[in-house]
Amino acid sequence: MRRAAQLLSLAALAGTIVPPVLFFAGRMEIEPMKWSMLVAAVAWFAATPIWMDRK
Amino acid sequence: MADERKAPHAEPVDEYEREPVPEHALLGFSSFVGQYAGEHTAGTELMIGPLFIASGVSAPAVVGGLLIGNLLAVLSWMFLTAPIAVRARMTVYYQLEKICGRTLVTGYNLANGVMFCFLAGAMVTVNATALGLWFGVDMPGLNDLYPNGLGWVLTVLVMGALMTVVAAYGYKVVARIANIAAPWMVLVFIAYGIVAARQLGIDSVESFWPKAKELIWTGGEPLAGRAKFTFWHVMFFAWFCNMATHIGMADLSLFRYARKSWYAVGSAAGMYLGHFIAWLSASILYAHQLHATPGNTDVLPGPLAYNSAGVAGVLCVIVAGWTTANPTIYRAGLAFQAMAPRSSRYRVTLLTGALATIAGLFPAIAMKLLDFVALYGLALMPMGAVIFVDFWLARRFGFRPNYADRSGAAFNWAAAVAWVATLVVCLAVVNAGGMQIYFVGLPGWFLAAALYIVVSRIVQGKETRS
Repeated sequence: MRRAAQLLSLAALAGTIVPPVLFFAGRMEIEPMKWSMLVAAVAWFAATPIWMDRK
Repeated sequence: MADERKAPHAEPVDEYEREPVPEHALLGFSSFVGQYAGEHTAGTELMIGPLFIASGVSAPAVVGGLLIGNLLAVLSWMFLTAPIAVRARMTVYYQLEKICGRTLVTGYNLANGVMFCFLAGAMVTVNATALGLWFGVDMPGLNDLYPNGLGWVLTVLVMGALMTVVAAYGYKVVARIANIAAPWMVLVFIAYGIVAARQLGIDSVESFWPKAKELIWTGGEPLAGRAKFTFWHVMFFAWFCNMATHIGMADLSLFRYARKSWYAVGSAAGMYLGHFIAWLSASILYAHQLHATPGNTDVLPGPLAYNSAGVAGVLCVIVAGWTTANPTIYRAGLAFQAMAPRSSRYRVTLLTGALATIAGLFPAIAMKLLDFVALYGLALMPMGAVIFVDFWLARRFGFRPNYADRSGAAFNWAAAVAWVATLVVCLAVVNAGGMQIYFVGLPGWFLAAALYIVVSRIVQGKETRS
């Protein structure tokens, strides 16, 4: 579970920064980019509390 | 942004407040990197970047000024604050109490608490621009000083009330969210800049610099009511926007947990992620707004973020503002509570949040954030000079360190004169002499140090003779 959550967090970080880079490169439109960032944000806040700051 | 902190990733319990931090409680280097990276990627960064553009700064001035100014800030933490912190291992309040006496420290706490309230007020303002976006509220403009309508007032009151109640009863939850959100927030701040650059028509890394000079930081005339910013303005602002915490020594409370003084190099994470990348990104957001809607000079972080990053961008504004307002309101409450130790901490925090919310109603603080941040640092800086001189130079100049502790005095006149006279001289130079507030901090620090030495020799010399 912890490992899966960490992988999801990593994917969420990628989902936060890769779409803007693709938009900058002209390979993605702005609306899908904004949606990708929102989905990534939801994924980050769902997955990260499972493993971060848990002793 | 400048704010008061405690041990990295710790809830604000009162630990080791009147004793040196013991060996087993010391923390590693990574704690300080994370702490600074999170704390300095705040919602208010989205105000500061645009205000640089409003001040007509050029691209070489803003990039050069931020690179050097932030380096000077890191060096100030490394060579002025941390060496004292790891030797004394005491909070700034206890160290000052030993030097200044209980009564004078109460005055310092009051000044600290008031400044924190205003700073938290600016954070409430920033978050209200995100909330107001959803409800179509008419929001304040760049030069508005007062609330501009009932909708704005209600938005700020709702946001301020939420933040206050959470600071009083849910501090630990928000502190945990702050830790969790930090890596995501940093990437969203970077994304703001990347997206807005493309929206401005910059389509390659190679074309960024020439187009930045032409479209973003053009170095033209400042907007109405703004002072023209040069390299020197940016450099001194970047160096001294956290003046209260480095040369003002407030971060003694933080670095007393560091095993080694060089851990202060971790502050570079906050300076270069928050006070370089985030400020530049926010600048690009604003430049896009000015190009897309000429004449719209409003600096409203919510709409700015939404235009480039959608709902995720607005969410980042709210999280960034909330997670930094939370400790700021709490710290302000602690500072006030120190003056009335028997009062309930929750009640004090609620009252403090109410003050911050009232401050947040007035957009003047956020819209004049560059000036306010400079004033905040200036107000607390002289006590940093007092601590520095007392710790390193007192015996060399022929007077005893920790005067109040040794003599039992409740009020050290030397420290009081150094503090008040420095402030009066600096503000007089700004108001009557025409020098801008960003430039008086450095000479002011030396003035405070010199005054403390001279008056300490007079006060302690009199006592020795009598």
